[in-house]
Amino acid sequence: MAKIILPELGENITKATVSYWFFQPGEKVEEKADLVELTTDKATFNLPSPCTGVLSDVYFHEGDTVSVGEILGTIEES
Amino acid sequence: MRFQVYDLGLIEFRPAGEFQRQLVQKIKEGRAGHSLILCRHRPVITFGRSANRANILATSEELNAKGIELAETERGGDVTYHGPGQLTVYPVFDLNNIKKDIHLFLRNLEGRITSVLEILGIPAVRREGLTGAWVGKKKIASIGIAVKNWITYHGFALNVWEDDLRNFSLIRPCGMDIIMTSIESESKRLIPMTRIKDILIKEMYRWPR
Repeated sequence: MAKIILPELGENITKATVSYWFFQPGEKVEEKADLVELTTDKATFNLPSPCTGVLSDVYFHEGDTVSVGEILGTIEES
Repeated sequence: MRFQVYDLGLIEFRPAGEFQRQLVQKIKEGRAGHSLILCRHRPVITFGRSANRANILATSEELNAKGIELAETERGGDVTYHGPGQLTVYPVFDLNNIKKDIHLFLRNLEGRITSVLEILGIPAVRREGLTGAWVGKKKIASIGIAVKNWITYHGFALNVWEDDLRNFSLIRPCGMDIIMTSIESESKRLIPMTRIKDILIKEMYRWPR
C-alpha cells in the first residue's frame, strides 16, 4: 500500500486545495502518471502517482483543503 | 540565468498551450532546458479548473459578437482575459534545477515584472496576498501558473495597450472587483511592444539563483 502524500510546495505554502482527480478509486494507475491536481495561490500543481497499482482510497475530494504532509489517498501496488 | 527564447507572435490561446505542454515534456525527457515563450493572444477569456463561471459576466452571444473565445486551462487562478494588447509570457522553467518552491517562483516572477515596469518609469509594486503586479490598487500584470514534475508553464500577462482593457469589463478578473491598468495608461504614451519584449528578456535573465 503506497501513500499519496502532499509534499512541501514551497516556503509559506502550508495548504493546497484538491482541484481534480485524474483517476477514480478502483482504476489502474501507472507510476509517474498525473494522479491529482492541486491548487495553491495562483498555481496548480500535478502530483504524479508514486507507483503502479490501483487507486484504492481517496481521503480528500475536489474542493477539499489538504495540509502539507497529509495523506490524500492510497494505492494498492501491483 | 540562461534560457531559450521563443517569440510566437500573435497566436491563439490553444496552440500556445500545446507548444508549452510539448516543451514541458521535452524538458522532462532532458531534450530541452529552461525556456521563455513570448506571445500575444487573439481575444480569449480563460478560466482555471477551479474558476467560478459566474465571474464571466458577458453572455455567450455577447462574446461571439465580439469575437472572443472561451478556453479552459490548467493554470491556477480564476477567470481572466487575454488580448493582442497584452504581452503574454510563459516561463517554462525546470524548478528541479533552480529551487523547488512554487511560492518563491511566483514572488520572483512579480519581482521581474516590477523591474521591467520600473525601467519604463512605472512605479509598480507587489501586494501581499494578491499575486500580480500593481500600480497603486490597479492591476497591471496577472499571474497564473501550472507546475508539472516541477516544470512550470503558463505565466503572466502584462497589460500594454489601453484599448484592450475594456474587455475586462466582461469578467470579474480573478473573481475580484479589480480595476486594471496598462503600460499605455500609466505612461501616457505608446511604447513599442518590441522594446518591452527586449527589456523583459533582459530582466528575466536576471532571475535570482
